[in-house]
Amino acid sequence: MYNTFKQMLLDAVAGFGAVALFLLRIFGQLPSALLRPRLIASQIHNAGALSLVIIMICGLFVGMVLGLQGYDMLERFGSESALGSAAALALVKELGPVVAALLFAGRAGTALASEIGLMRATDQLVAMEIMAVDPFRYVVAPRFIGGVVALPLLTMIFIAIGIFGVQLIGVQQLGVDQGTFWSQMRGSVEVEDVMQGLIKGCVFGVACSLIAVYEGYTAAPTAEGVGRATTRTVVNSAVITLILDYMITAVML
Amino acid sequence: MQSSRATEVVTGAFVLFGFAALFFLVTQITNKELGIGSNDGYTLVANFENVGSLKVGAPVSMSGVTVGRVESISYDQDLYKAVVRIRINSKFNRIPNDSDASIMTAGLLGGQYIGVTAGGADQFFKDGGQFVIVQDALVLENLINKLAAGFAGNKTDSTGD
Repeated sequence: MYNTFKQMLLDAVAGFGAVALFLLRIFGQLPSALLRPRLIASQIHNAGALSLVIIMICGLFVGMVLGLQGYDMLERFGSESALGSAAALALVKELGPVVAALLFAGRAGTALASEIGLMRATDQLVAMEIMAVDPFRYVVAPRFIGGVVALPLLTMIFIAIGIFGVQLIGVQQLGVDQGTFWSQMRGSVEVEDVMQGLIKGCVFGVACSLIAVYEGYTAAPTAEGVGRATTRTVVNSAVITLILDYMITAVML
Repeated sequence: MQSSRATEVVTGAFVLFGFAALFFLVTQITNKELGIGSNDGYTLVANFENVGSLKVGAPVSMSGVTVGRVESISYDQDLYKAVVRIRINSKFNRIPNDSDASIMTAGLLGGQYIGVTAGGADQFFKDGGQFVIVQDALVLENLINKLAAGFAGNKTDSTGD
């Protein structure tokens, strides 16, 4: 019993160490990867542009739900005019970065992990190493950078569409005054709040992309191993995102 | 690793879209001007002792109907008063020039707005017109102070009698 616990603890610590060393190896290849903007652009396309539709649809509906729920709740206090500021702050500081990161892990993270995992399973990574081509430079680093660039942008798009959704329900349907809606929002949202959302987006981008490329790279070279790596990517990304979210909020509030 | 022209265009559009969203968030939902009501209509001025938490963009209503928006709020150092500029929709061009403007609160915790009550004059407001009769925002602390003073006054009266 004691030995299994010790083993689990050691495994967990070793896992963090492996991820940290993996990140260092990526950082080592960053300068040479940045010299290949086309490689990075195609990865931004994979991670970002292809996630755009799901991010926009989810942003719209999260905003619309926020409009309905926020209105219903605020109406009980007779202060439905605060809908704009309540919904905008919720979206900018919490919902936007977190939901965008979870969607990103599900859409782009799994794609990254299974792609690299399949490269491993089909010996493409080994072939690269034999040809003295560092797979970190050509495969891992560009995908990591693509994810890191894409998620903050996706977060901002999510928030903007979400506020449009709140406005759609709150102003167009439930009849909150348009001027009150925007002026209350503008009165309470500071530029620092938007920056906090942006910082969260960047941190989650690093975390989710790192987990995806790490799980893919270290996947067992079998069909089962790739499947397991994909699952672990989503689960670990979600858990780490929420833990980091608490930490950033506690520090920055 | 083929990166075709279409991929580049889509990626560029995505990046530009992301930055446009960031720009929108920074400029439009934080404290910054947004041209509500545009140039349609005319401007009136009202000087208040205290505007409370009135904000730019707040509605101006007559009998509960929104007729305009607060365009700007500034402070006049000569008058020691807050100067509120109001943009009235050009549809509502027959507001008597002895109408009064008062700052009211929507609901218990709601946002503040300007309520205009029509006067009886047969002259109407023109662009740049000024409200003569104004009523300031209700400051809760002042109200409580007055109330407390009133109670204290009553007490001394009754003991005096």
